[in-house]
This record gives sequence, structure tokens and C-alpha cells, in this order.
Amino acid sequence: MTYIVKPVNHHPNLEKNKLGLTRRDYEGTISTLCAGCGHDSISAAVIEACYDLSISSDQIAKLSGIGCSSKSPSYFLNQAHGFNSVHGRMPSVATGANLGNKDLLYLGVSGDGDTAAIGIGQFMHAARRQLNITYIVENNGTYGLTKGQFSATNDQGSKSKYGEENVFAPIDLPTMAIQLGAGFVGRSFSGDKQQLVPLLKAAMKFEGFSLIDIISPCVTFNNHLGSTKSFDHIREHNESVSSLDFVPIGKEIKTTYKEGTKVDVPLHDGAMLTLEKLSKKYNPLDKGQAIQSLNEAEKNGKVLTGLLFINPEVKDHAEILNISDTPLNQLAEKELCPGAKKLAKINASLN
Amino acid sequence: MDTKYLFKRHNTYWVKVAVPKDLRKELGFDLRTSLHTHELSEAQKLREAVVEGFKSQIFAAKENLKQSNGKGSVKTFMPITDTSDPQYYHKVVDCQYACPAHTPVPEYIRKISQNEYTEAYMINWESNVFPGILGRTCDRPCEPACRRTRTHEKPVAICRLKRVAADFKDDVSNLLPKAPSNSNGKKIALIGGGPASLTVARDLIVMGYECTLFEKDPQAGGLMRTNIPSFRLPEEVLDAEVNQILDMGLNTKFNSEITSLKNFLHEDFDAVFVGTGAPKGKDLNIEGRKEAKANIHIGIDFLTSIAFEHINSIGKKVIVLGGGNTAMDCCRSSLRLGAEDVKVVVRSPFSQMKASEWEIEDAMEENIPIFENHVPKKFIHDEGKLTGMEFQKVEAVFDAKGNRSLVPTDDDPVIIECDDVLVAIGQDNSFEWIERDIGLEFGEWDMPVVNPTTFQSTHPKVFFGGDAAWGPENIIWAAAHGHQAAISIHKFCQNEDINKRPEPGTNLVSQKMGLHEWSYDNDISQAKRFLVPKADQDVALKSLKIEVEKGFDENLAMEEAQRCLNCDVQTVFSESLCIECDACVDICPTDCINFMFNGPEDEVRQNIRIPALNIEQDLLVSKILPTKRTMFKDEDVCLHCGLCAERCPTGAWDMQTFLYEEAKVYS
Ligand SMILES: Cc1cc2nc3c(=O)[nH]c(=O)nc-3n(C[C@H](O)[C@H](O)[C@H](O)COP(=O)(O)OP(=O)(O)OC[C@H]3O[C@@H](n4cnc5c(N)ncnc54)[C@H](O)[C@@H]3O)c2cc1C
Ligand SMILES: Cc1ncc(C[n+]2csc(CCOP(=O)(O)OP(=O)(O)O)c2C)c(N)n1
Ligand code: SF4
Ligand code: SF4
Ligand code: SF4
Ligand SMILES: [Mg+2]
Repeated sequence: MTYIVKPVNHHPNLEKNKLGLTRRDYEGTISTLCAGCGHDSISAAVIEACYDLSISSDQIAKLSGIGCSSKSPSYFLNQAHGFNSVHGRMPSVATGANLGNKDLLYLGVSGDGDTAAIGIGQFMHAARRQLNITYIVENNGTYGLTKGQFSATNDQGSKSKYGEENVFAPIDLPTMAIQLGAGFVGRSFSGDKQQLVPLLKAAMKFEGFSLIDIISPCVTFNNHLGSTKSFDHIREHNESVSSLDFVPIGKEIKTTYKEGTKVDVPLHDGAMLTLEKLSKKYNPLDKGQAIQSLNEAEKNGKVLTGLLFINPEVKDHAEILNISDTPLNQLAEKELCPGAKKLAKINASLN
Repeated sequence: MDTKYLFKRHNTYWVKVAVPKDLRKELGFDLRTSLHTHELSEAQKLREAVVEGFKSQIFAAKENLKQSNGKGSVKTFMPITDTSDPQYYHKVVDCQYACPAHTPVPEYIRKISQNEYTEAYMINWESNVFPGILGRTCDRPCEPACRRTRTHEKPVAICRLKRVAADFKDDVSNLLPKAPSNSNGKKIALIGGGPASLTVARDLIVMGYECTLFEKDPQAGGLMRTNIPSFRLPEEVLDAEVNQILDMGLNTKFNSEITSLKNFLHEDFDAVFVGTGAPKGKDLNIEGRKEAKANIHIGIDFLTSIAFEHINSIGKKVIVLGGGNTAMDCCRSSLRLGAEDVKVVVRSPFSQMKASEWEIEDAMEENIPIFENHVPKKFIHDEGKLTGMEFQKVEAVFDAKGNRSLVPTDDDPVIIECDDVLVAIGQDNSFEWIERDIGLEFGEWDMPVVNPTTFQSTHPKVFFGGDAAWGPENIIWAAAHGHQAAISIHKFCQNEDINKRPEPGTNLVSQKMGLHEWSYDNDISQAKRFLVPKADQDVALKSLKIEVEKGFDENLAMEEAQRCLNCDVQTVFSESLCIECDACVDICPTDCINFMFNGPEDEVRQNIRIPALNIEQDLLVSKILPTKRTMFKDEDVCLHCGLCAERCPTGAWDMQTFLYEEAKVYS
């Protein structure tokens, strides 16, 4: 919480993107989250990603559920469309919006409570149907907004702020999403923008369901000793599987990755993802191996981050259902009403 | 007696910590600093913090070596900022740092916004002695330095806010120091009654010195009285602030020109301060000068004659030669004496005129034309009666080194008619009254050799300051010199080493009042610089005595004061509290804060979020953090908005007011 409005003054040498906008033009209203909340860092990363990609805010819709995390879309992209839905129901709203207009970039912002508990059914079906959305889970292992109850991603044995241990095993959202057929699955950490920003850019450019599970410490209720979602714990147990570069179309690939560790993944619009595998065993294109590595890491108390799985071949929801290319609000009577002749023909075919 | 890490030198205690062998090349054999105390118990108290600081410096140097696998040296990394050096935070307060007298500007501006004008006045009075005078006339080196200029706006009207403090203060007579009841037996002579001598007097009288002022004119004030016109500086304002010093118990000998320093040194004085200014106006010896002399006047003498009411009229057509502030005062005074056609003629291009931007603006507002690139060739006269001047038009040409030469153009000579000419082309010192065989060395340009720190001449008893020291400057420099000279004279009279200068007083206090509450106003005003209201021109041009500027009223003053960014409220960083959550990086409106690996300064400056290209401004460099990164903060365009401190969950950033008080002889 802050009482003053963030001053409009910016650095005189702040750069502009292709649209002539500065990074500050992508900001939202000033955050009301607790000082130091990981969610604010994620907002800053989203701002940076949209600025870098020179996306016009009116091409973006921010959708969310309920929670501190779900409040955060107010704090970025002031000019974008948005819908703050009921708890756990963001995927339904996203599905409807997507059916109505598949051209917008859908940014779903949810929490571990919003997604892994009350909204888990919605989440699973959105993944299964390849809904074209960048689905961000701001995962702090707790219900921040309702003052710190264990969430379904909280690790077994992890301690609450008041000392009690969590007795249930956690749900691993990336594993679940891969199993359900999601085309793009990554995990990152709010405190590592170097990894997070390129991952967000790639996810936004991916057509299909892209999940980024972002560990985002709740400084107020889950950043103590004994918590497995604290800044210190994540820094100690973070194991990055790959280092990622998002290369937009027309840009030269300049990475200096060692031969044999480099994987190039072309995206639908001709942009390229180039990534360096940090572990020889890991292959982000292999579903089985990805799941196996995630299981192993969990057993060893490691948190795997980076691009965990990608299937560039998937067809998205709109393509599968052959949804109208023109957004519904632009279809007039002429396109919608088949006319008497056509109707007669249809009627005739029913005889 | 526990003297671990302590040693004594020149009667004060110092801390010394040995540097490990492998770092000696980089850090030297040991790290040491003076504690400025001769009390052992006090030194013991202060020791711990200093030793801790040194140890962390050594630790960081070691870590740096490790990070570079022993390949690099400490020098290839930016050193950790030593914020205990008073000059580090002082430099962040751009205006105060730029002020020759180091006036605590933001501190007095805050007082004004709290309607505490008397306090604001006294803060100024301590530093610059003449707040009412300077609030109208100061050359204001603080304003071009103001941080607002770097955020692409006009500076805060620092100078005119100083006037507000003077205009709205209560009676301050009870707050001014008086001479102690017993003199210390030492006698000081002050030659010349300008701001430099008056400042020395003010400082030394408080210390019990018997000071005597010798002034050739009938009143004190120097050029402030004789040359700055009343329409810029009303006599009452001048008198009030000069009298404050005379009334402290200064002996005055007016109408007493000193004509021989040799003889004067035989008189019974322990030290002599020379504050005689640069009283000689430059002349222009070209054709016709002698013949037409009745209507050719030296600018500063002309202004003096006006001040002492020896002149009350001038011809209808007047030419003023010169592009400095004196020329601006001459042309505006001529208008008020009844001239109908006043022209300023300058040799140089307009853009290179020496006068301050605002003085030129004021003259132009009074519809006085300025002719640039005109070199005077001769005075034209009709049997001794001046009728006009001839000029050669020139063009400024610059060579590769940037040296200017004025090259004549093919144009015909320009003739401008006139009845009177005022020559305002510069001032010189005049030291005919100082004999060259009294052990007082003269150097280049026939100027006395004066030590720039102590203001002592090569004659140990004689000190110089103000315009007399290095040629024409302005009032604020005279005051700054006076304070320093007073320190030297005191040390000289007490047989102390005058080269050992006293340290400034500093104080760093947290402004945190609550979770998001600060005891300063951290909201950034988006208002544009407010203009000072002026008297109606029809009225103002009719009299030499009507002050042109009316000054801010209380409401305008309040609004202008809100534009100050409170640069003295420092962003203080505590490494041990930082959890590297990035919150401050994300919130900072001007992208000042960075967490990255340390490296050589030019690399760091290039690689931070927005390259730090203004090398005049420092980077605040932290100790190494748990992730092995370093926090770098570019001080350049920080708005001092405090959002970093509000966003920091652990209080690793705090907003702390840094009060820097330049040492005075009595502090
Ligand atoms: C026209 C003009 C306008 C100016 N306007 C401004 C302005 O707006 N703002 C600003 O900051 N500065 C201004 N200045 C400069 C400023 O006035 C001087 O820099 C300042 O007054 C210098 O102070 P001082 O104490 O060194 O000497 P001065 O003010 O020059 O005082 C020296 C005194 O010594 C006396 N004296 C000289 N020789 C002897 C002697 N042998 N025996 C006894 N007495 C002697 C003189 O009569 C004089 O009173 C202006 C100067 C001029 C000429
Ligand atoms: C239908 C419904 N059930 C319960 C709640 C109460 N509630 C509000 S936020 C929340 C949990 C939010 O947790 P999470 O999504 O992890 O967000 P965080 O605050 O941790 O970012 C709950 C249970 C609600 N608002 N609506
Ligand atoms: S309660 Fe936790 S999740 Fe919510 S704003 Fe505060 S730190 Fe963030
Ligand atoms: S903003 Fe205020 S404190 Fe900062 S330089 Fe300007 S006047 Fe001084
Ligand atoms: S006070 Fe802090 S947040 Fe504000 S501009 Fe300065 S560094 Fe940035
Ligand atoms: Mg949560």
C-alpha cells in the first residue's frame, strides 16, 4: 500500500518501443498489495514483456479470479480490457471471451488457491481444450487474501507462519498441465526477471494453452523459515532446466549456446524460441521425460524452473472448433442470418 | 585503558585497522580515520561503528577478488560507497553542494512550506549572512544545479524563496548572536566594508574579537550599496542586514581610505583582513575618448554616483557598452533617469553575453534593445560634444580548440547617435595602496598571492577575501570567503595550524513516521515554476527606488516550495536487511535502482537499467548481497519520492534527512 500516486516523472533517457511507448506507459494504478509481495514483481515482468513485444494494450484482455494475485491485473496495463471474475471461474470467462473474439491476447492471472483449489476443474478443462490463453499462476503456497491458510500447492511438511505443519501432499500444476495436453508449460520465480520476462514473452506468442507457474513469495504469510515458498528457500532449491531467449520474427538469432545443448523451437507466427538446456538429460520436447524430471525433482526437494515442456504442434481451441475468424461483435445481420433461400434449403435437407 | 584500534595524533583519536596482506595493493597498508575527539571515552564509543565499516570494506574487497577468481583486482570493481564521508550525501543535495556557502536549501524551503519564515531566515542567515539581500540579488549557482533541471523542468525558484523568508519573518533581533561581554583581547582590522569584511566581522565578534572596519565611503555595504540599484535592492533591506552586523559591536571608521598597508601594519592589530573588492571600472581608450570625456562615464562609477545622489539626470540617447550584469544595471538605471532611447551594444554574440539570463530578460522586458557583434571603433564628437559612436560589425569564429575570435564582416561601419555613453566592460582590482616591499607577494596579473583554502596572503598577518582575492565575483562568494577567512584568522591568533580545516557538522535522521507516513511531503508536485509578480511597468520605470519585483506572496511561495524535491532526504540502504525481492526496482519511477554483479565503473554505468551517463553524479554502491549481487543506485534523477522505502518489506531502504552544516569559526 502506498498513499501517494507514483510520480509521472520518468528517467529522461527512458527508451521507447516500436509503438513509441515507454515501459511506464504499460503501468496500471499503484499497487495495494503488501510491500515486497512477489505478485508486484510479476506485474513488473508482465509490463516489461508487453513493452518489449510492442503490444498495444487494447489488444490485450486481463482476466482473473479472486485473491491478492487476481487483484494484480489492476496494477498493470491500465489501457487493456479486463474482467475480474468470481473465485476459480476465470477459465470460463476466458473461454467465453475467446469464443467471442479469438484475436485478443488473453492474460489469465490466478493464484494457487484460485487455480489449484476452487478452480481446479475449470483449470483442467481449459488446459485439455487448448484454450488460447497465457495462464499465469502467482503461486505462494497460501491463501494470501484470506490471511494465510495452506493452499493445495503448499508442500507437505512446510510450516505455516504460526508453526503448524501442512499434512497434505501438494498438487504440482505444471505436471498436471503437461498430462492434460497443454502445449506450453513453464515455471519461474518472481525474483528472477531474467528468466521470467523471456518466458512470458514466449508464452504470449504461443498459440494454445500456456501455463506459467510462478513461485511468488507472500511476504506477509509465507516467507518465514520452514516455508518452502520463501525467497530464501526458492533461491536455495531453484534448478533451472534451460535458459531461454525469445527471438521475434525478423531478428537475428544471436545466442552463444554451446553446440549440443541448444534447441530451437519455431512458433506459429515465425518467431523463434532458442533455449539452452542446462541439464543433458532434459528435453523440453519430450512429454514423458518432462514429467519424469518433475517427479524426480519433487522427490529431491528441488524446484525445476524454466521452460519445462513445449509442443509446437498443438492446435488451439479456436482451430479445433473452427471458430469464426471475425469477432462476434463485428458480425452483422448479413453474416448471421442465412436468408430465406438458405433456410429453405436447410429445411429441405431435414426432410 | 582499552585503546584497541585507537591511536592519537595531533591530540585527537584515530581508528586504525590493518589490511590483510593480499589486499594491501588495493586498499593500502591500513584503513584509518580521525574520530575528531580528544576524549578517550568518546573515542571508545565511536570506535565500534568505524571498525565495523572498515571490516566490511575489507570483506567486500575479498569477495570481489574471489568473484573475479583472483584474476581481477579490487580496482576493477566499483568500491563500496563510504556514506560516512560527509561529502557523499552532501553531493546528492545538488543546490546546497553548488552554493558557495553551502546553505541548507531544502531545509529552509521545507520551513517556508510550514510557514516558519523566521526559522527559514535564520538557517539562511547562519550560512549566507544576507538572506534579504541575496533573496533579491544572488547569482544563484544553486538553480542551474537543481535536480529539477535534470528531470527536464525549470529549477525551483530557490533564490526568490529566500526572499520570502526575509519578507515574512518576525523580528529576529533576539535571535542574533551578540559579542560576549569580555573581549578576548585580540584586535582585527577589516579594510573595506563590503559583504566579505562584514561576514568576517560577524563571525569573529561572536568569538570575542575586537573588530574595526575601515571604509572609504560614508556607509558600509560595498558594491551592494554603491552599485546594485535600489529598484533591485531597496535601501531598507540593505540597511537592515548591514546594521544587524554593525549592531553586534563592530567599530567603524567611515570615510577612512587606507592608502598604505605598510603604515597600517604598524598599528596595533593582530590580523588584517583585506575586503576592498575590485573597485576600478575598465576604460575604453579609443579615438575620441579624451575629447568627448564629459559625456563618457565608467559604468560602476556612474552607478555609485546615482547611489549617493550625485547624479539625477542623463541625456536622451544613451549607449551602454558591455554585456555583463553591470551593463544591465546601467541601462535600466538610465531609463529611470529619463533617457528615452537606451541601447546596449555588445562585442560578442548574444548567446555569449556574461550577464545572467534573468538580468538580460529584465532589461529586455523594459524594451531595451541589445545589439550583438558590434565592436566599438570610435567616439564621434562635435568639438568635444559627444554625438555618437562608430562600430565595426564582426562575426564570432571558433578554432578547433574552441577559442573565439571576432572577425570583421564586410558590412559598412555602423554609426549610432547618442548623448551619453556608459562603459561597463569589466572591473579591475586596485592595489596601489599595497607596497610591494612588505613581504606580501604579488603574482600573475599583479594580484596578491592568496591561499585558496586559508585565504592567507604570503604575509602571515594579512588575509584576503571577496572580490579582492581573485577578482570580481558576487555576494555569495564574498560571504563564503568571509566565513573561511574568519576560521583562519581565529586559528592564526590562537597559534593553531590554519591548514587544518574544521569538519562540517552532519546529522542523519530517519523520516519514517508510520508504515507509509513520512515527516516530509514526498508527493512530487507537477506544477511549473511560478513567476514572481512584478510592479506595473508604467510606475516602475518612473523611479529609481521602486522595486521591480514584488516577491512571492505566501500562497505562491507555498506552491513554489512544494516543487522542491527534498534532495536532502537521502535514500539510505542497509544491506543486512535486504531480501532482494526487487520491490524497490519495480516501483522506482525513474529506474534508479539496480541489482547486478559488480564490475569496473564504466561497465556498471553502461549495464544498469538506464545507463548512468551523467558522471557528475555518483552511484551508491552496496556491499555484496547474499546472491553475490551488489545494489547500485544512480543518484542522478532520483526524485526522493520515498517509494522505494515504502515498498521495501524489511526497511532496507529508509528516507533520512541529512543536515550538512559547513563549519564556522564558532561551531
Ligand atoms: C553593477 C554591479 C551589480 C552587481 N550586482 C550583483 C548582484 O546582483 N548580485 C551579486 O551577488 N553580486 C553583484 N555584484 C557583485 C557584488 O556586488 C560584489 O561581488 C561584492 O559586493 C563583493 O564584495 P566585497 O566585500 O568583496 O567587496 P565590495 O562590495 O566591492 O566592497 C569593497 C569596499 O571596500 C571599500 N574600499 C576599497 N578600497 C578601500 C581602501 N583602500 N580603504 C578603505 N576602503 C576601501 C570600497 O569602498 C567598498 O565599500 C554586482 C557588481 C556590480 C559592479
Ligand atoms: C466462492 C469463494 N470462496 C471463498 C472465497 C474466499 N477467498 C478469497 S481469496 C481466497 C484464496 C485466494 O488464494 P490465492 O488464489 O492463492 O490468492 P493469493 O491471495 O494467495 O494471491 C479465498 C478462499 C471467495 N472470495 N469466494
Ligand atoms: S497477503 Fe501475501 S499475497 Fe497478499 S499482498 Fe500481502 S504478501 Fe502479497
Ligand atoms: S529540488 Fe530542492 S533540494 Fe533538490 S536541488 Fe532543487 S532546490 Fe535543491
Ligand atoms: S526515492 Fe527511491 S523510488 Fe523514489 S526516485 Fe529515488 S530511488 Fe526511486
Ligand atoms: Mg496464493
